[in-house]
Amino acid sequence: MAKNEIKYLTAIKSDKHVKKFCRFKKYGIRYIDYKDVEFLKKFLNEQGKILPRRLSGNSLKYQRKVSDAIKKARQMALLPYVTDLLK
Amino acid sequence: MNNYELMVIFTPVLSDDDFKAAQKKFAGFVKENGGSIVAENAWGLKSLAYPIQKKTTGLYWVLEYTASADFNEKLKIQLLRDESVLRHLCTKLDKYAVEYNAKKRSGVKSGTEKTVEA
Repeated sequence: MAKNEIKYLTAIKSDKHVKKFCRFKKYGIRYIDYKDVEFLKKFLNEQGKILPRRLSGNSLKYQRKVSDAIKKARQMALLPYVTDLLK
Repeated sequence: MNNYELMVIFTPVLSDDDFKAAQKKFAGFVKENGGSIVAENAWGLKSLAYPIQKKTTGLYWVLEYTASADFNEKLKIQLLRDESVLRHLCTKLDKYAVEYNAKKRSGVKSGTEKTVEA
């Protein structure tokens, strides 16, 4: 009980750091479709650049597949190579 | 025999009949060379993400087929010779891709859609 009465000068960080995960491994997605543009847009920034693994949390195996799918979609004019305000 | 997927962008000036004729031409070409067609899907007119040959729209067509490995070279020549084709892309499908496409055709929610909410 005594612990609850302790007052801190600075607010304690309540939200724990959530570890990033690879969504493909977690949800068991084995194939990334280059035709599914809305899904691929999750891995792009505003300018249509591919997000690094550092941010997306993908494993290396699936990051390669994502980048291949995005590049295919770009070739077929489903996604732009360069743009502003993609989303 | 391998599984392949072909996506073609035709020029938007084609009429409906010409578009169908062009589809038939390439589908027939696959069959002639000992391949078989798994699925066919014409997306129709769609705007391009960037202009190709000064055109801002294109007629999309997706064909899934099985064929022997040396067939794609022949198909490529046909596609490049055809002036109504703006661009094409041929992809080899692995077993997971075939499974994914079959699921998508039958209307079952695919794995990628599950993550939309997540």
